[in-house]
Amino acid sequence: MVQFTLNGQPVRSLVPNATPLLNVLAHDLQINGPKFGCGKAQCSACLVMVDGNPTKSCVTPVSSVAGRSITTLVGMKEGDKPSRLQQAFIDEQAAQCGYCTSGMIVQAQALLDRNPRPSDAEVRAALDGNLCRCGAHNRIVRAVLRAAQGA
Amino acid sequence: MQRSLPATRRGFLKATGYLSLAFAIPLDNALSQAANTKPRLPGDLNTNRKLSAWLRVNSDQTVTLLVGKVELGQGILTAVSQICADELDIDFKRVQVISGDTALVPNEGVTAGSFSMPYCATAVQYASAEVRSILLELAARKLNQPVASLSVQDGVVVAGNGARIAYWDLVLGESLNREATGTIKPKSSQHHQYIGKSVPRIDLTPKILGEAKFVQEHRPPGLLFGHLVRPPTYAAKLLSVNVARAEKMPGVIRVVRNGSFLGVIARREEQALAAAQALNASAKWQIEKKLPTHEGIFDWLRNTKPNRVIETKVQPRTSTEPAVKTIDATYHRPYHMHASIGTSAAIATMGLDGVMLIQTHSQSVFETSVAIAKMLGLDPSKVRCQHMQGAGCYGHNMADDAAADAALLAIAVPGQPVRLQYTREQEHQWEPYGSAMVIRTQAGVDANGNVLDWDLQIWSTPHGTRPGGEPGNLLSARYLEKPFTQPVPTNGGPPNYAADRNGIALYDFAGHRVLTHFITDMPVRVSSTRGLGAYANVFAIESFMDELATAAHVDPLTYRLRFLKDERARDVLQKAADAFGWNSWKKAPHRGRGIGFARYKNIAGYCAVALEVEVNPRSGRIRVLRAVASADTGHIVNPDGVSNQIEGGLIQSLSWSLKEEVKFDDTHILSTDWASYPILTFSEIPPVEVVLIDRPGAPFLGTGEASQGPTSAALANAVFDATGVRFRRLPLTPERIKQGLSNKGQA
Repeated sequence: MVQFTLNGQPVRSLVPNATPLLNVLAHDLQINGPKFGCGKAQCSACLVMVDGNPTKSCVTPVSSVAGRSITTLVGMKEGDKPSRLQQAFIDEQAAQCGYCTSGMIVQAQALLDRNPRPSDAEVRAALDGNLCRCGAHNRIVRAVLRAAQGA
Repeated sequence: MQRSLPATRRGFLKATGYLSLAFAIPLDNALSQAANTKPRLPGDLNTNRKLSAWLRVNSDQTVTLLVGKVELGQGILTAVSQICADELDIDFKRVQVISGDTALVPNEGVTAGSFSMPYCATAVQYASAEVRSILLELAARKLNQPVASLSVQDGVVVAGNGARIAYWDLVLGESLNREATGTIKPKSSQHHQYIGKSVPRIDLTPKILGEAKFVQEHRPPGLLFGHLVRPPTYAAKLLSVNVARAEKMPGVIRVVRNGSFLGVIARREEQALAAAQALNASAKWQIEKKLPTHEGIFDWLRNTKPNRVIETKVQPRTSTEPAVKTIDATYHRPYHMHASIGTSAAIATMGLDGVMLIQTHSQSVFETSVAIAKMLGLDPSKVRCQHMQGAGCYGHNMADDAAADAALLAIAVPGQPVRLQYTREQEHQWEPYGSAMVIRTQAGVDANGNVLDWDLQIWSTPHGTRPGGEPGNLLSARYLEKPFTQPVPTNGGPPNYAADRNGIALYDFAGHRVLTHFITDMPVRVSSTRGLGAYANVFAIESFMDELATAAHVDPLTYRLRFLKDERARDVLQKAADAFGWNSWKKAPHRGRGIGFARYKNIAGYCAVALEVEVNPRSGRIRVLRAVASADTGHIVNPDGVSNQIEGGLIQSLSWSLKEEVKFDDTHILSTDWASYPILTFSEIPPVEVVLIDRPGAPFLGTGEASQGPTSAALANAVFDATGVRFRRLPLTPERIKQGLSNKGQA
């Protein structure tokens, strides 16, 4: 059995240790946000925070998060309200299909946590491992910079 | 707001409070319903003529808008909601959209080809306007006041004498259950409250907050998980496999083998995957080695007998003045992937009522449901597809295959929903690619370098193998014990065309010929990919216009304008040039500027792209420093939505043009993931400025594919300007640039 904290709540998982964290989050705990994109740590659609670090849940065995704290997209809201970063994504309409959005917001929040005032180039560098196919990149960068300015 | 789909008709009845439903018409009747004797109605009203098929007024003070087009991330459901709210005079929030459920909504065919704005949005506009007039008549009778004295505020009808009644308090009875006349004119633009405004997308806030449900996140109770074993090659046959071992693996419920189709159903996703991997390891296949390789594909295209040589345009020149010089060039485009970020997925349930219910992100729910029914041997009325959103698809990707495959598994476990989501390798290797193409251009010019005769020839495999009601177009159907044969694809004709889409240059040339060598042999799987042939045809036309301008010693913008009579085309080109600063631009070492233009399909949105590059001669690396796009898409419903599409298309086209090429040897597809098929990333993406030209009152024009072609040509033209070397083979990779620069000639 693996126990961890998910978006502030204690949870437990009874599946085998090697089960990808993504499957536990998406299928067992029914969390919307982290998504399967590649299963090989190439696209970041499955990104979640593990103790504040952006982590690719598709290649993370569930056993490795025992005792840790996981935050997903839904856990980023401030109460019932969007977080500043989420609001900035809404304000900039920073998506097209939205499949990569969860991973983008997780990665960008991790950047803002360690660097509250990033430059345009720093945002791009931080998001370089997050793939977007629709071409919403510049909107996403603007959203992150907008959230940083509001900090 | 978008309402999640009720799973049953009963649920739908409850949700809307309506008892009489106009069910979607079967595919075969779709066209016959629009009998030739009836007057032509605007947009898709013509094929779905009943007002009640589109709109319902609900007792809960909302309006349900039913549309056959689906949300792909392009914002269509927001745009049609804006139109509906404006024409009905109701608050935007009262519009509830149901989209893409084959049992509930009007059959609007496929969501593709930039048709949704001209066909769906136009239908919604006229249907809403007519429903409003019916509601006003009812209100006038009820209030005993003349219609002319009535006004509407957010669904409340107010008469001149102050009497009022709301839409939802009117007794509608059968009043919407009749055919539209199309005679009620929509409002003029000065009365629009939502049309023309950048209303935020209805689906984005939930997606950003993690409240949205993609089909990948749909979890009906009792959900089982499927995975497939794909053959190693396109024509492989399964000789043997150890089914018994896989059946004993943890969680496995069923191994499904049908000919060379092999899949497994398990209690958990990773259990299904593990069993599929075990099956794969034990499977013995008969394989073939007959792919022409990605290096050999262009020779293959030139040397393979076409199914047809199509005279796309034949316009002989009437004057007899001889050409002073003939210039020619040949351009190449490789296979491209849709390469959706999410792999395709579907959930299928073989209902105990005999109806196969499939949640799918297909663009063609109606035709795909018919194809699946035929594949399974079910009556078409027994397959119901419900659209749910997936990752952006940009054309015919594997969405329909996933729906079919989920159904092939689900039929083995009646009553239990089965979810299937492909692995990344399966998606990359098996999706239908955008076809490789060769385009040869030739121009006879006069003493001033002006075109007298323009000749363009296209060599291409098909650009359309969508299900279209044919099981042979579903990938797995070809591998069954009793396989379905893929129908021989046809090339879409005018006015949209397919391989030859945008093959006819919009420029006015005295002599103008376009020939299309349409090859229906398909060494690799192909189908509609954003823009179809337009991407490569515009690349060729607009590169060649630059070559001709250079040969004539004329500025490329000026040269284009010489041959462009269409005022809107001239305007869009000039706006892009102005916003870019074309005339004040100063050349710097290793830097260049380029421009490209097209009107998509010559009937949809106009777009011009100007951009600036820097080419590193040592590494061969191209950096796009900035890009400007201008677009005229007729009357703009949602400016931010149009901008998003134009910019997104531009960036995707840069990715195709700089990096992307599906690689394959004589046996296998070698592009199997994001490492072997890289796409553009954040640090490689330039700032993009989009300039919109609004044409209030003009027809809505499709936008989603407008910037693809112009971008590729603007890029190649800028690289030429920077290096003096003309690159005619996509993508413009660093290796290719280095090689071209060292040859100092042509590449």
